[in-house]
Amino acid sequence: MTPYNKKLSVSTSPFLKAEDTTPEIMMTVVYTLVPVVLVALYYFGLGALLVILTAVFSCLFTEWLFNKPGQRYATLKDGSALITGLLLALTLPPGFPLWMVFIGGFVAIALGKVMWGGLGQNIFNPALLGRAFLQAAFPTAITTWSPPDGRYFSLRGTNGALPFFQGTNVDAVTSATPLARMKFDHLPTDSLDLLLGATGGSLGETCALLLLLAGVFLLLKKIIDWRIPLAILLTVVVFSGIVHLVNPEIYPSPVFMVLSGGLLLGAVYMATDLVTSPITPKGTWIFGIGIGVLVVLIRLWGGLPEGVMYAILLMNAATPLLNKFTRIRTYGYTN
Amino acid sequence: MATSTYNGKTFTFKHGVHPEEFKDLSSHCAIQRMPFVEEYILPLGQHIGAPSTPLVTKGQKVARGQKIASPAGFVSVALHAPVDGEVSGIGLFANPSGQMVPGIKIRTDPYSTQKMAAVPVDLESLDNKGFINAVQEAGIVGLGGAAFPSHVKLAIPEDKKCDYIMLNGCECEPFLTADHRVMVEHPEEIIDGILILNKFIKARKAFIGIEVNKPDAIAALQKLAATSRFPVEVIQLAVKYPQGAEKMMITAILGKEVPHGKLPLDLGVLVANVGTVKAIADYFRLGQPLIERIVTVTGTAVKNPANILVPLGTPMKDVIAWSGGVTGDAARILLGGPMMGAVQKTLDTPVVKGTSGILILGNDLVKDITEYNCIRCGRCVEACPLYLNPSMMGLLAKKGRWEEMLDYHVLDCFECASCSYVCPSGIPLVQSFRVAKGILREKAAKEKTAGQS
Ligand code: SF4
Ligand code: SF4
Repeated sequence: MTPYNKKLSVSTSPFLKAEDTTPEIMMTVVYTLVPVVLVALYYFGLGALLVILTAVFSCLFTEWLFNKPGQRYATLKDGSALITGLLLALTLPPGFPLWMVFIGGFVAIALGKVMWGGLGQNIFNPALLGRAFLQAAFPTAITTWSPPDGRYFSLRGTNGALPFFQGTNVDAVTSATPLARMKFDHLPTDSLDLLLGATGGSLGETCALLLLLAGVFLLLKKIIDWRIPLAILLTVVVFSGIVHLVNPEIYPSPVFMVLSGGLLLGAVYMATDLVTSPITPKGTWIFGIGIGVLVVLIRLWGGLPEGVMYAILLMNAATPLLNKFTRIRTYGYTN
Repeated sequence: MATSTYNGKTFTFKHGVHPEEFKDLSSHCAIQRMPFVEEYILPLGQHIGAPSTPLVTKGQKVARGQKIASPAGFVSVALHAPVDGEVSGIGLFANPSGQMVPGIKIRTDPYSTQKMAAVPVDLESLDNKGFINAVQEAGIVGLGGAAFPSHVKLAIPEDKKCDYIMLNGCECEPFLTADHRVMVEHPEEIIDGILILNKFIKARKAFIGIEVNKPDAIAALQKLAATSRFPVEVIQLAVKYPQGAEKMMITAILGKEVPHGKLPLDLGVLVANVGTVKAIADYFRLGQPLIERIVTVTGTAVKNPANILVPLGTPMKDVIAWSGGVTGDAARILLGGPMMGAVQKTLDTPVVKGTSGILILGNDLVKDITEYNCIRCGRCVEACPLYLNPSMMGLLAKKGRWEEMLDYHVLDCFECASCSYVCPSGIPLVQSFRVAKGILREKAAKEKTAGQS
């Protein structure tokens, strides 16, 4: 009478499971990046498209390459390499030579993730690690910005540079990023332009408004920890606000600090990377505040116009320690 | 009782999860009494502690309610025959945890009736010690699932004082509705049980904690509490898993944590399941020892979900068959709820004192879960009601670094499975903590014996 006596596999409870799965979480992040990508295409045209496609291809290819034969595609499905590719592309200038993009993607996955043991094991955000490598290897190319000039279908001069060449950039002269203009010439940029993204910069550094919206969406979906972007933004606003009050001539306003450069991209997508941010609530606060402080320090007094990348990588490095020292108090214990 | 800080508000603990409830399947089903079957198997160790000592021999006639085994020591209880009949065997039988354990088999007398030779116990003649003894002789254990002998909890040491009697009517496990039905159909017995307990415990007040998904139970008990001679307050608790864990309920109601290594009694609290208190009332009012219990038979592969009053020792397959059987889709049998229940290989084992539900899940709920690496999303941390770090413990468990898990208080984990429930990477967290705890305990025991020799 009992069909269940025949073959009853004996796994253990629980038998209920929350619906979210890791690939779904990753894909949600990817979906929120679609509008950001579209804006990049709108401002930078074909060059942006090529950079994005190359970065994504490179990351997926590298992931595939390092998987065991027989299960080459296994980890491609979790979506994390796709995110790394997209994020890496968004940190690059639109005219960046594609062969360099490819190397960046390779480094991001190989040194940023595979080397640590794969998804979840790495200490540094892979996309940022790839970008840091590119910055070190190709300092000129990565700070050569093209203006968002609406040339959709023509290639940027440097995209097609042959491997080991940089290409000559014919149109970048006038388009330093808002941060560079501020830092070196003390020229502010209109806040509205910053919000909408009509400024020079990396692909994803331009449209602050979209990034804010994406951030809110991810917060509501509970995919990213609200404490991290909040801590970063508050810290930047307060810290740079004080400095701005002291000397508004030299130091930019907090609004500018938040809207310009990679801060929002970093605060929403990079610092909140689940893997490389602390897991304890207290650690998360320290992590966010740390990034905020470092960003302001580097931007205002460091040698570089932008510091989001290094700020996040530095705090990534501190994450294992933060996890260790900000233990959550167990129920029933006094500390 | 005009002023109370609790009035109308809903309380809860921090963290926890919200699994789908599935209670609608059986929450409206009135308790049905199951008729006698041909044979009963009564394991001697249905409770935590030493198995009872048999008092009968093969071939002996026994009567319903007759004591057939007596407590073997203080942490042990008596066992009674659930039917009139004849002892047809004393030997080893499979118990629900899959081992062969000593037990008594009774062949039912076809003319057995519900009648019992029992007489109510005269409460007035009992002193504290006599009361505790009576509860032990009645075979009463915690009916919430733990099956811990009730009289042991009631034996309050001289230096401790119980201020609050706290009744657990949360029933936070999905699917289960046995306690719910007891509260709806037997509220008088529950209040009576509180009064009986308090005659000896002399607490200041009693609380009954009920999740707000049981409004009929709340209403029924509130009505009686309003006119009770002793202050009884029904507390509405949020629907959240594991609200029914003893610690979580205490924290929700008193706003205090049970300190590590201490008992609820150290906070002046005595916790008992509503069904247990009803069993105590039944014994002192009717003289009926613990010979039957309410079992929820439910699941997505059960034809007619039901709440059934089952004589202890009834083979589970008979209970299921009587309820209407299973659908062809049955994939897993569980004792208890889907979060903490124990998987069964067969249904030949009997219903025992700790059987709160028989759950038969269909393939809809038994899915293959793909496991991914931990992405440190922290969802398990936000879920753990004890503020443990399941992510970290999971990583350590995977590498077999058991000792380090001690640092993360793995031994405090009470295996509620909230962490495994939320993990998007499908990591068997609680499953690995069970293994770790087993290994660590074994190690500790070995070291202890090595130290002694
Ligand atoms: S829920 Fe799972 S994936 Fe997320 S941190 Fe915990 S163990 Fe890791
Ligand atoms: S099973 Fe243990 S670690 Fe997991 S949530 Fe429950 S108490 Fe916490």
